[in-house]
Amino acid sequence: MSRLPLAGGNALLDDAADGTDAAARPAMATERRVLGLRAGAWPGILAPVVVGFLGLALWQALVVIKGIPPYVLPGPWLVAQTVVSDWSTLSGSLLVTLEITLAALVAAVVVGVALAILFAQSRWMERALFPYAVVLQVTPVVAIAPLIIIWADDVNLSLLICAWIVAFFPILSNTILGLNSADHNLVALFQLYRAGRWQTMRYLRLPAALPYFLGGLKISGGLALIGAVVAEFVAGTGGSASGLAYRILESGFQLRIPRMFAALFLISASGVAIFLVTSWISHLLLRRWHESAMRRET
Amino acid sequence: MSARLADAAASTSRPLLSIRGLSKVFDNGTTALAHVDLDLATGEFVSLLGPSGCGKSTLLRLISGLVRPSSGTVAWPGEVSEPELGFIFQEPTLLPWATTLVNVVLPLKLAGVNRRDAEDRAARMLALVGLSGFERSYPRELSGGMKMRVSIARGLVTRPKILLMDEPFAALDEITRHKLNDDLLRLWWEERFTAVFVTHSVFESVYLSGRIVVMAARPGRVVADLDNPAPYPRDDLFRTSADYAHLCRVASGALKEAIAA
Repeated sequence: MSRLPLAGGNALLDDAADGTDAAARPAMATERRVLGLRAGAWPGILAPVVVGFLGLALWQALVVIKGIPPYVLPGPWLVAQTVVSDWSTLSGSLLVTLEITLAALVAAVVVGVALAILFAQSRWMERALFPYAVVLQVTPVVAIAPLIIIWADDVNLSLLICAWIVAFFPILSNTILGLNSADHNLVALFQLYRAGRWQTMRYLRLPAALPYFLGGLKISGGLALIGAVVAEFVAGTGGSASGLAYRILESGFQLRIPRMFAALFLISASGVAIFLVTSWISHLLLRRWHESAMRRET
Repeated sequence: MSARLADAAASTSRPLLSIRGLSKVFDNGTTALAHVDLDLATGEFVSLLGPSGCGKSTLLRLISGLVRPSSGTVAWPGEVSEPELGFIFQEPTLLPWATTLVNVVLPLKLAGVNRRDAEDRAARMLALVGLSGFERSYPRELSGGMKMRVSIARGLVTRPKILLMDEPFAALDEITRHKLNDDLLRLWWEERFTAVFVTHSVFESVYLSGRIVVMAARPGRVVADLDNPAPYPRDDLFRTSADYAHLCRVASGALKEAIAA
């Protein structure tokens, strides 16, 4: 490379100017894909599946070798068979539990977000009402479930209320945090352009709160299911319920332990499904812009 | 003073902005700014130069109306109401969830301009700052210099009378900074706004501005008001000229006095 004399005009400066980012153009990243998924995603999917299969195999082996009777511990194969053979009973109960869970989650989102927006409008409103949201959150749902069951006419409605009480707080508190975490300079910018309260909410605070809300939604999805099941245990002891928790109680009384495990399996599977769906929604909404949804280049 | 500034001064006898006895004491008792008087003419490019803590950013925020003065006034003598402002922060301060185009559209959207018009104007502004082809990119996909360009485009898209800039290029590397300085001067020349540029760099202030207001700290105040007579348009030739070196020496001397004061 030849050396340019410093006195030789602007050649050096011109070079430097060409090297800036103004000349850059967007580039699309391409990646190897296997069966429709990124090649890099497979180990993350296969690893837990392999561990799961190993665990089930160990369990089955233990039951067979030790000769453990099914009313103490049924093997996974028998549980799987029971899911199929009792499907007509179990599927109805699964539907009831899922309906209550989803309705509670939707109610939690609506009430949680609405309250968070209300609190963001008025500091006094937040100060006056937030402590009671905390009271609802810290009161064990098992303790108030009997009262709610007595007060509400319909069993499913009372279960819905219980599940909602458990599920709504993470959404409320996360959304409040999110609404308040918009960049201060951006808030100043909106003020400078004389944006109205609603414009600032719509174009700045709500989008800024989205990642926090979605974090809350993931937690609440699981909690809604737990709330629905716990409340039904309380209601089920009175013999007036038809969800999966009631099937577990009923199977316990009748010593039909494989069915108990089958119902338990369906509850866990529902929880996992809810988690996957909420994670997927979160990924779709954040993948273009939020750090949490980005992979680091190494 | 260039011919254009002389024109501007002739057409409006009153200053665009008139600051009188402006002070700001923060709630914690710090006096950020003490008794500042300053007039800005339409079309001027003014730098506020000073060490950190001299209240230059506070002065900028007082002008913008984001901060209320403790005493004194900020008045716009020739204007019916507070004129259209543009503000460029130290950081690009973009909406991370919105594309480049949507970010530049934002001020127009807040002002109720219809969507098609707003997008047309934003796209034209992006082209002016050299970002055609990046309308659909998200901020995180852009380099620091490009994000700053988006920020400039957003600041200018409403065609403000006055553009306030708070050390906008401080975080950029020197090559990018020089390029953006040139582009900023070109935009100022073409769009004819009044520019107030906060910086702690003597070289940047001399290169850009026709007038340098030097400020000192504790309490923040104006200590010198220097005229920079070098004609526009300025380019690399100016940056390497003896005139430039001389002006830098003068401004540097004033800044040193300000720091010692």
